[in-house]
Amino acid sequence: METTELSVNGQIHKLEADSRVTLLDALRNHLGLTGTKKGCDHGQCGACTVIVEGRRINSCLTLACMHDGDEITTIEGLGEPGNLSALQSAFVAHDGFQCGYCTPGQICSATAMLEEAKAGWPSFVSDDLDGPDALSDEEISERMSGNLCRCAAYPNIVDAIRQVAGRQVAGAKS
Amino acid sequence: MKPFTYARANDRADAIAQAADATYIAGGTNLLDLMKLEVMAPDKLVDINRLDLSEIGVTDDGGLRIGALVTNSDCAAADRVRRDYPMLSRAILAGASGQLRNKATTGGNLCQRTRCYYFYDTAMPCNKREPGSGCQALHGFNRIHAILGASDACIATYPGDMAVAMTALDAQIEIEGADGETRLVPIEEFHLLPGDHPEKDNILTAGDLITAVILPPPVEGQQIYRKVRDRASYAFALCSVAAIVKMDGETISSAALAFGGLAHKPWRDPDVEALLVGEKPSTDLFGRVADQLLAEAKGYGSNDFKIPLTRRVLISVLKEATDQGASA
Ligand SMILES: Cc1cc2nc3c(=O)[nH]c(=O)nc-3n(C[C@H](O)[C@H](O)[C@H](O)COP(=O)(O)OP(=O)(O)OC[C@H]3O[C@@H](n4cnc5c(N)ncnc54)[C@H](O)[C@@H]3O)c2cc1C
Ligand code: SF4
Ligand code: FES
Ligand code: FES
Repeated sequence: METTELSVNGQIHKLEADSRVTLLDALRNHLGLTGTKKGCDHGQCGACTVIVEGRRINSCLTLACMHDGDEITTIEGLGEPGNLSALQSAFVAHDGFQCGYCTPGQICSATAMLEEAKAGWPSFVSDDLDGPDALSDEEISERMSGNLCRCAAYPNIVDAIRQVAGRQVAGAKS
Repeated sequence: MKPFTYARANDRADAIAQAADATYIAGGTNLLDLMKLEVMAPDKLVDINRLDLSEIGVTDDGGLRIGALVTNSDCAAADRVRRDYPMLSRAILAGASGQLRNKATTGGNLCQRTRCYYFYDTAMPCNKREPGSGCQALHGFNRIHAILGASDACIATYPGDMAVAMTALDAQIEIEGADGETRLVPIEEFHLLPGDHPEKDNILTAGDLITAVILPPPVEGQQIYRKVRDRASYAFALCSVAAIVKMDGETISSAALAFGGLAHKPWRDPDVEALLVGEKPSTDLFGRVADQLLAEAKGYGSNDFKIPLTRRVLISVLKEATDQGASA
């Protein structure tokens, strides 16, 4: 058994769990935060994406005990009914889902992705390694390629992200 | 997953002392994947994430020292890497996904294991997973397998991108051994060919800790990383080429070429590079260079296509790299 202190959405949790427990299973099964989803459990789909210490990661491929003292944000921490984040509202406005299973991962991923873009990180499709001035649809798709959608809501997901990105990233580099 | 004990190392000496009978965990993105399937089942994990190995620094001769725990995201976005080693940024950004690159470390990426389907399937024979059990890929599905340097015991490929660019860049791996001594190993000698012992991917022995990757001072020339895969993103390379080519007027004055997805290690062949030096670029020359690279190439059925594919990718990369109109 490992004792681990996790700060999840601003709240401290003390976890007593087997060393084998992944961060994903700790969030869902031990802390009851079932917004984060398990798709493949092998880093291949992005459904389990959460934000740890400001960075998006796959919570299925990391152990809870490796995150003692870390700050974790899940979909529940980004916003709730009546108080949605900009991306959450944009996903609703643009129908960025069908079954909704990939959606928490998509939104956590996009939230952190916009920060990466603001920091000037380039992507595989950037012409210039200085990073893009604005996020084209091609840039959004490439940067979001770690999040699969079995319902193929991709065009609407890109629409939702573009709407928020247009407001955030354009201002950042000028 | 099989049960294991978990220990967090506080410093290098602590890590190495604990590692004699244990396995290091860094980002965990390869190791935990394999542990869930019980392809790997260590009794003990030593977590090295709190060691002081996350810096990128300049070396005395103007090269770069990339700490073993620098994440792939941080390495690709580092100013010095973007400016002086752009092919390394490109290679890293061509791999995995944003989420994975945030966790994947420089040391862990070097040590990532093959994606051979039979290696991942514990119901199947595989000499790499279980020495002596046979190689199911030889007569099975082998679309992603090696065409160069394979053996009858194993035809797996090293799947990574980062190390291919580092090979063209003549990187060295800094390793601290169980005896506390630090040694530098050229990346070309780090990964092994399968031979009769495919269970060994690289030269690391028990307790060895990768502490950094050292890049020599920046070299002049056009740098390109080209990756060909089954989908446009978030997929491993079927074939990749890392090229640094320098022109002197109309002739090629130096060339470094490394290849991914073709062999059990990033592939480099000095005879191929020698053919280019002092020559004027031409389709004929590039064809002869591809002939040389692929002279010993062998397909195993589903991967036969990699031979003409590699030829075309190489020729296309050489055209782009020697195009005087292109900007650096
Ligand atoms: C879905 C998916 C897609 C991917 N696509 C790509 C791709 O396209 N291109 C690509 O290159 N990679 C790809 N990867 C692989 C990914 O890059 C690796 O999993 C990652 O780089 C491993 O780094 P890590 O720090 O997580 O290693 P870990 O999983 O922590 O460790 C891997 C191995 O390295 C050893 N190790 C780690 N650090 C050290 C050290 N300092 N000294 C000695 N030994 C050490 C560990 O003991 C372990 O055996 C993909 C992975 C996934 C899951
Ligand atoms: S190619 Fe290598 S890894 Fe794949 S089944 Fe054969 S021995 Fe195992
Ligand atoms: S559940 Fe983690 S990536 Fe699929
Ligand atoms: S909305 Fe169904 S998987 Fe994406």
